[in-house]
Amino acid sequence: MMQRSALLFAGLFLLFVAVGWVLGAANITLLLVQSFAYALIALGLNIQWGYGGLFNFGIMGFLMLGGFAVTFISYPINAAFWDSEGPLLLARALAAFAAGTLLVFGASRAHHLGIRGGWKTALTVVAWSVAYIVYRSQIDPAVAYIEGGAGWIGGLGLHPVLGWAFGGVLAAGVAYIVGRICLGLRTDYLAIATIGISEIIRALLKNMDWLTRGTLTVSPISWPTPLPQELQAQGIGIADSFVYARLGFLAVVIVVLVGLFFLVERAYGGPWGRMMRAIRDNHIAAASMGKDVTARQLEIFILGSVMMGIGGAILISFGQIYDPSSYQPISHTFLIWVMVIVGGAGNNWGAVFGALLIYLTWMISDPIAQALFTTISSWTSDAGWGPIPEIQSRASQMRVLVLGLVITVALRFAPRGLIPEVVKREA
Amino acid sequence: MNELIFFFNTVVISGLVLGSIYALGAIGITLIFGILRFAHFAHGDMMTMGGFISFLLAAAVTAAGITAPVATGFVVLPVAMVIAAVLALGIDKGFYAPLRARGARPVTLLIASIGVTLIIQGLIRLFFGSGSYTFFETEAKRLFRLEVPLPDVTRTINFTEPQLLMVVSTALVVVALHLFLTRSRLGKAMRAMSDNADLAQVSGINTKLVVRVTWIIAGSLACMAGTMLALDVSLKPDLAFNIVLPIFAAAIVGGLGQSYGAIAGGFLIGFAETLAIFNWSILLRPMRDALPFDLPNNLAVVPTEYKLTVAFVILVIVLLWRPTGIFRGAST
Repeated sequence: MMQRSALLFAGLFLLFVAVGWVLGAANITLLLVQSFAYALIALGLNIQWGYGGLFNFGIMGFLMLGGFAVTFISYPINAAFWDSEGPLLLARALAAFAAGTLLVFGASRAHHLGIRGGWKTALTVVAWSVAYIVYRSQIDPAVAYIEGGAGWIGGLGLHPVLGWAFGGVLAAGVAYIVGRICLGLRTDYLAIATIGISEIIRALLKNMDWLTRGTLTVSPISWPTPLPQELQAQGIGIADSFVYARLGFLAVVIVVLVGLFFLVERAYGGPWGRMMRAIRDNHIAAASMGKDVTARQLEIFILGSVMMGIGGAILISFGQIYDPSSYQPISHTFLIWVMVIVGGAGNNWGAVFGALLIYLTWMISDPIAQALFTTISSWTSDAGWGPIPEIQSRASQMRVLVLGLVITVALRFAPRGLIPEVVKREA
Repeated sequence: MNELIFFFNTVVISGLVLGSIYALGAIGITLIFGILRFAHFAHGDMMTMGGFISFLLAAAVTAAGITAPVATGFVVLPVAMVIAAVLALGIDKGFYAPLRARGARPVTLLIASIGVTLIIQGLIRLFFGSGSYTFFETEAKRLFRLEVPLPDVTRTINFTEPQLLMVVSTALVVVALHLFLTRSRLGKAMRAMSDNADLAQVSGINTKLVVRVTWIIAGSLACMAGTMLALDVSLKPDLAFNIVLPIFAAAIVGGLGQSYGAIAGGFLIGFAETLAIFNWSILLRPMRDALPFDLPNNLAVVPTEYKLTVAFVILVIVLLWRPTGIFRGAST
């Protein structure tokens, strides 16, 4: 087994070298940073699906939260907003939100006052409606004021690594709420519920212009390491500056990845990991052994989401632009699923391997398809049928098809992945 | 009265149209879940595929110079549904049947359906690019305006020809499905298998045939829903990707595996969406003076851009309040 993994990783290394040879150092370093960030996200999904058997189709939402977090923390302070009435109005909206939460919470505890059954349901509905109306009555004018004046609230101007950490915290908070609502559901329902939540997060972040600038996008977002422009100012050539800057960023990402990888690998081997696998394989048996299934599942859901949040923050930090409309379920949810399934669910090495391999495949399908189409197009032109129209845009769609084919083939011929989970049995 | 007619146009008619599309999609999902026990994610893309099949057929018919009194998209619909049913059978044979034969868990089939989603979407985009198409390039979309025979009423009740045909044909399909499930031998076999697959098999029901019939019904209804959606708005490669969520919500709200539940769920979600984004100020405006507070300009329950969230909120409420759906659904 070890030999096979080593061989696969060696092959992957050669593949990256070959692609790097063709594309040049600047492009391959870009690809490496992104694929290692995806490896972090895939590791997060591997915890949820591989360790815990939880179906999370809402990865996109957690990536968006991470992206928002790093934008908010590291973007320079918007003085126009802080000097205006905006903070006061927002504080009032926040107070209204808190009051509403308290009201709803109170209604949910109404059985202590002897209100039960239909009355309690009615009270809950009323509490929700009142809370919603109170909140909307405060937030709507605040939003109109901010968007009309300062535009948006800006950032906090702190270090981007703090932003990555905040991405994890934010993802954890949302994962807690999502998990409390949805984790009792069966697999199919959980899949739908998480898709729905990620769509809601997308709708919110895309349309809350006062918070994220929505479709206007935010850039530039700062790096924890020197930018290419800063290196150029120190007298390094333009081509080299990109390679060095990206290598610097890559080093930070690899440090984060290796640290988290070590932790989750240790957790997998320990009693905690054994308990998680027991719950995954038979939750009824695990519950009968006294394991708190719901609480443990919530725990693992949050842990996985934290890694997704951090990964999403790194991606945005590296890309330097936060554009909520650039998030698509295909490239931010299903792509990661393909990574974990192809790599091997339940095996961290597999997840990382899958992430690197699939991201490379995903990125190079486009130029390969383009070359293929240009060739075919020249044949059809020679044959008198005319060239293929819009080669550029068609070729970029090719990768969706390739992704679909890859996962179908993987499910058919290697359902446990290329580096499958090793099931240890006591002799 | 004018305000009420506005309400009728924007809420009742749109709700009916949206509900019809959702119901047709949800029936397919719920049937597949009942028989094969997995959530078929590729259903939205089967709808898009159906829309494109109809589009190609309609273009061919128009090119042949054949004109019809109704929208061409509707004339070619039966043929398109047959093609879509054959394709659905092919998809099952190529992607799901081998996994079932291996005894894969429903979750694996669910992931496989994601693969199918990507393949269909990739193929459609490869051939059609990412632009949007319309059925009404060469022919006009006919609009009906019904005068309301009341004094002081200036507004008319408006709807388009595709909308009318859509609601009528959905009603026909629902009745036909009801008759099929309750009267025919095969329909009863389907219900039996949905209740208990093993028991159905030992009682001599041809389960393979039932599976095939399920795909035929699901595929053709998906094609119908996709075509209708394309006729009502426009045809895009990612047309149904956004709609798969409300459709699943409809199927789950109705209780997965319950055909009637899916229909009810479809209309429930459709009306909820239109009601939630309706600006209630318009209805209240005539009694503006009698109200104790100033009437804001926009009094919609949720802003239009959050329409998608409505289906989901309903889904969560139903799942918390009655986890198996309004009609008791099947479980995995």
